[in-house]
Amino acid sequence: MIFNSREALVEARARFKNAYDHQTRKIIVCGGTGCVAGGSLEIYETLKSLMEKKGINVSVTLEEEPHGEDEVGLKKSGCHGFCEMGPLVRIEPQGWLYTKVKVEDCREILHTTVIDGEYIDRLGYSSQGTLYKKQEEIPFYRQQNRVVLEHCGRIDADSIEEYIAIGGYASLEKALFEMSGDQIIEEVKKSILRGRGGGGFPTGKKWEQVKRAKGDQKYVVCNGDEGDPGAFMDRSIMEGDPHRMLEGMIIAGVAVGATEGYIYVRAEYPLAVKRLQRAIEEAERYGILGDDILGSGKSFRIHIAKGAGAFVCGEGSALTASIEGKRGFPRVKPPRTTEHGLFDSPTVLNNVETFATVSQIIGKGADWYLSIGTAGSPGTKAFALTGNITNTGLIEVPMGTTLRKIIFDIGGGMRGDGEFKAVQIGGPSGACLTKEHLDLPLDFDNLKKIGAMIGSGGLVVMDSHTCMVEVARFFMHFTQNESCGKCVPCREGTKRMLEILERIVSGNGVEGDIELLEELSDTISNTALCGLGKSAPNPVVSTIKYFRDEYVAHIRERRCPAGQCQKLKRLYIDPLLCKGCSACSRKCPVNAISGKIKEPFHIDLEKCIRCGSCISTCKFGAVKEA
Amino acid sequence: MIKAEFMYVDGIPVVINGEKNMLQLIRKTGVKLPTFCYHTDLSIYGACRMCMVEDEKGNLYTACSTPPKNGMSIKTNTARLRKYRKNILELLLANHCRDCTTCVNNKACKLQDLAVRFNIDGVRFPNSSEERRVTNSNSCITFDSGKCILCGDCVRTCSEVQNVGAIDFAYRGSKMVISTAFGKPLSESPCVGCGQCAVACPTGAIMPRSDIKRVWDAIADEKVKTVVQVAPAVRVAMGNMEGVKEGANVDGKIFAALRKMGFDEVYDTSFSADITVIEESKEFLERLKEGKNLPIITSCCPGWVQYCEKKHPGLLKNVSTCRSPMQMFASVIKEEREEKGKKLFHVAIMPCTAKKFEAERKEFMKNGIPNVDAVITSEEFTHMLREAGIMLSDLDPEPVDAPYDRKSGAGVIFGVTGGVTEAVLRNVVEEKSRSAVTKISQIGVRGNEGIKEFEVGNDESVVKVAVVSGLMNAEKVLRRVENGEKFDIIEVMACPGGCVSGGGQPFVHAEVRQKRGGGLYEADRLLSIRHSEENPAVKACYDRLLRGREHQLLHVEY
Repeated sequence: MIFNSREALVEARARFKNAYDHQTRKIIVCGGTGCVAGGSLEIYETLKSLMEKKGINVSVTLEEEPHGEDEVGLKKSGCHGFCEMGPLVRIEPQGWLYTKVKVEDCREILHTTVIDGEYIDRLGYSSQGTLYKKQEEIPFYRQQNRVVLEHCGRIDADSIEEYIAIGGYASLEKALFEMSGDQIIEEVKKSILRGRGGGGFPTGKKWEQVKRAKGDQKYVVCNGDEGDPGAFMDRSIMEGDPHRMLEGMIIAGVAVGATEGYIYVRAEYPLAVKRLQRAIEEAERYGILGDDILGSGKSFRIHIAKGAGAFVCGEGSALTASIEGKRGFPRVKPPRTTEHGLFDSPTVLNNVETFATVSQIIGKGADWYLSIGTAGSPGTKAFALTGNITNTGLIEVPMGTTLRKIIFDIGGGMRGDGEFKAVQIGGPSGACLTKEHLDLPLDFDNLKKIGAMIGSGGLVVMDSHTCMVEVARFFMHFTQNESCGKCVPCREGTKRMLEILERIVSGNGVEGDIELLEELSDTISNTALCGLGKSAPNPVVSTIKYFRDEYVAHIRERRCPAGQCQKLKRLYIDPLLCKGCSACSRKCPVNAISGKIKEPFHIDLEKCIRCGSCISTCKFGAVKEA
Repeated sequence: MIKAEFMYVDGIPVVINGEKNMLQLIRKTGVKLPTFCYHTDLSIYGACRMCMVEDEKGNLYTACSTPPKNGMSIKTNTARLRKYRKNILELLLANHCRDCTTCVNNKACKLQDLAVRFNIDGVRFPNSSEERRVTNSNSCITFDSGKCILCGDCVRTCSEVQNVGAIDFAYRGSKMVISTAFGKPLSESPCVGCGQCAVACPTGAIMPRSDIKRVWDAIADEKVKTVVQVAPAVRVAMGNMEGVKEGANVDGKIFAALRKMGFDEVYDTSFSADITVIEESKEFLERLKEGKNLPIITSCCPGWVQYCEKKHPGLLKNVSTCRSPMQMFASVIKEEREEKGKKLFHVAIMPCTAKKFEAERKEFMKNGIPNVDAVITSEEFTHMLREAGIMLSDLDPEPVDAPYDRKSGAGVIFGVTGGVTEAVLRNVVEEKSRSAVTKISQIGVRGNEGIKEFEVGNDESVVKVAVVSGLMNAEKVLRRVENGEKFDIIEVMACPGGCVSGGGQPFVHAEVRQKRGGGLYEADRLLSIRHSEENPAVKACYDRLLRGREHQLLHVEY
């Protein structure tokens, strides 16, 4: 069925909404990648078959004709964000959230919750002795402001009908029938929306450049090549609310006069690819994508281009090259992508989160958007919380929220006995923030001032057991591996920086290494061709800045203050505790321990590989680390 | 009046005069900005980062990729820039084999040159590059990964200039290498052996395959009679020899030098070029009469022949059946110059790397022995001269040996794009006066453009001619042929500008290439014979040997 006019969509929305409102009893199983990995699809299937066997009127799709009063909806949603507690199951209308659900729990959910309507305490989330029944009451969610992620975990990610029912594609209607291209751009400009991909370039300004650029064919490209280790907000949107992103892309197309769109998505995100493909087909089926959208006379098509997983293809010109079938090399600029982008045509290139935000701005207006966040960086930002933190997962907070609030209120503080040490923001392109930044309001400009960047929004929390030199080495290993190889400073420089970092963490650092790292960082960040190279030294620069003493300890004292670097661990046997039983010596894989029975044994550090098997073998606690 | 736009380069105002990038503008001021990956005839790559300049606010720009901006002020030599350039050079050198003293490209290497210019006095990093690979599978060129700085000049030349695309980057980051598709041997790739990659290579990573040793060995062997022929383009490419001007014709000195080196007989390929003109003219007139297999496409260039075989096999029937001048001469020499009790070893000195492949083709063998035993490039020839201590400029010119001791101007201009066509036109037109020769030279056959098209003829018949050099240009014209556009003669030379800028010639910039072409035209002008068919030595050769055996000795089918 094709909606060939605005009215047709409005009427359909009313019907879908009726059906949606009618389906008050719902079980929403999280179908995000994290929960799927935890077995949520089996939970979904088990619940379905159990309910069917029990003769419950279960409905897995939204249909215009309600199935009856006793209908129970069973849905697969996108990511709820609370991945730490997955697999998650939400019960409506009560708004309960069951956590860490297993297939074995399904029978109880069916009997206790679906049939008897009662809460299962065991599956609820509790923290510090308090049980939080409702999802919205859980501290993790209570402190968030979910704008972009609002639908993730609430609606069936595969259902265009549900999206339309809750008001989806109304912004597109407005853009098509109430606004001119210039007005759309004006509204986006007014909202001061800044690109969520990392750079923070004003989206409206970018669109304006593309609209003004000369070219018969223009393109809208969505960057879904989320490559930072530990970042998954774009994936969650693509998986959980694909239509909102498509809507943003179509609006962009209408605004700048483009009729073709591409979504560049990592092939490592198979679920996102599947959901996007389905979303595009569904939108085409209803005439929301394709020719003469809603009878407006405007056309827009969206194609999916799967990336082979090169981090550098998140860079604009490498991304467009990759879509064109070329090697994913960035090119020198100017000209900018807005003039010579995909197929040498003017191209709007924004990331997933940006497009998902756009549809909201057009729907609710720029003023609404400006009321959230800070003056220079309005709106919200999704962050992926990982590392030594209690609640890992996906969160969304207004720009300007402090790290303290994110880590200690939403994130539930540190996991384990470690003390907060630092947080790496922006992944391998970002920098580390320390205790002194806990109360810094996070936004584009504040972070830039201290040499960091939001990047795509990965937050890796580190505690006192984390070695910062090792952190720098880890990220340098990543960028070095992901460097495309085109320009000399990045290709050769990152390799040399990695070599130096590797020798430092393995106890072979030499005097002058820190200065050499600084020298190379300066050269690379100033001369590399693209953003990947320019930002590659950031983790090194910031860890040297805040934790120089750790570098010095590794180099001069051959000591890792955090105790993390394996090769710097020095094992010894306390002669006062050793009974001379030879158990450790027999367990040692490299024969590094020797001695006479009933006399204290000794470890040859030249041979020792620091595997620690002697520590776990010794019953007397005589083997110790120094 | 239009107000002039200008930029400040190191404080000096410089007028912007249509320069596409700051680099061109800066070079106008006499500042030689260092570059590895910038070539005027290639796309902007911007990867070596050596040409960076700094503006007043300390922002850095790659001069090669940034358009000049009115009123902008830049500095080309600041402490920061020097530090970055030195760092980049050090990083490149760290992975480089640094066997300079034993490198064939010693003293002609850009990396070496810049390392000296920037006073790199040490490298703080160990050489930890991937395992060094030396590729010898191709008859024409060799590749040494230990010397490659990954500037990509060869990759872009191969695809952008030559439309061959035999090589590209594989893998990424510090593991990146230059490779054929799927790492197959170069001999199994689309490579046509033109050697333009070697011309573009700033280091010694890609070099023509060396045959110098085989030639010296043959000369030294008393049981071997060595016979050498020298192609037209070689004589104007000796500008890197002491005392020789770029583009100057030093043919007589070359012949003298060859005798000094110990060659037994010395000949000039211009002689057989005259035979080629006669044969090709005949073939063209026949095809024109029969209206068959038109356009006729020239066959002198082995790079082009391979390109046609690999990419346009359907057009092979259009390629002239004439052997190249080198192979025509070789047939004649193998027929006439054998000496009892001695082995004949025939050497060809060519501006070309693809000729090494042509010499090995089974079509040009007699009893399983190649007619040309060794091809050495002009560049290799200069190495041999240096090795022998021969100062070319000090030698008195000598003539070549009889009986192939005459040549026409038409046979000399083969070395420049348009030369073959011009020579054939001289042959096929009825009027043979000097003014007719001048008229032909002015119809559009000369000049450095990659594609030249013109028509010749009278009211009765008009012949449509295209002269192309550079295989990308050839590709453009061939597509038009395949789409049914009418041409009668197409001359194709694989290297841009023709043989004067062949892959075997010492590297020079575009402007010098033009000087080389000019040298050949000047030699043509000074010769008493301008028409191939008037060459008496050629006439004698037909009477003595060739008449009736043209097909066997002078033609070939690929």
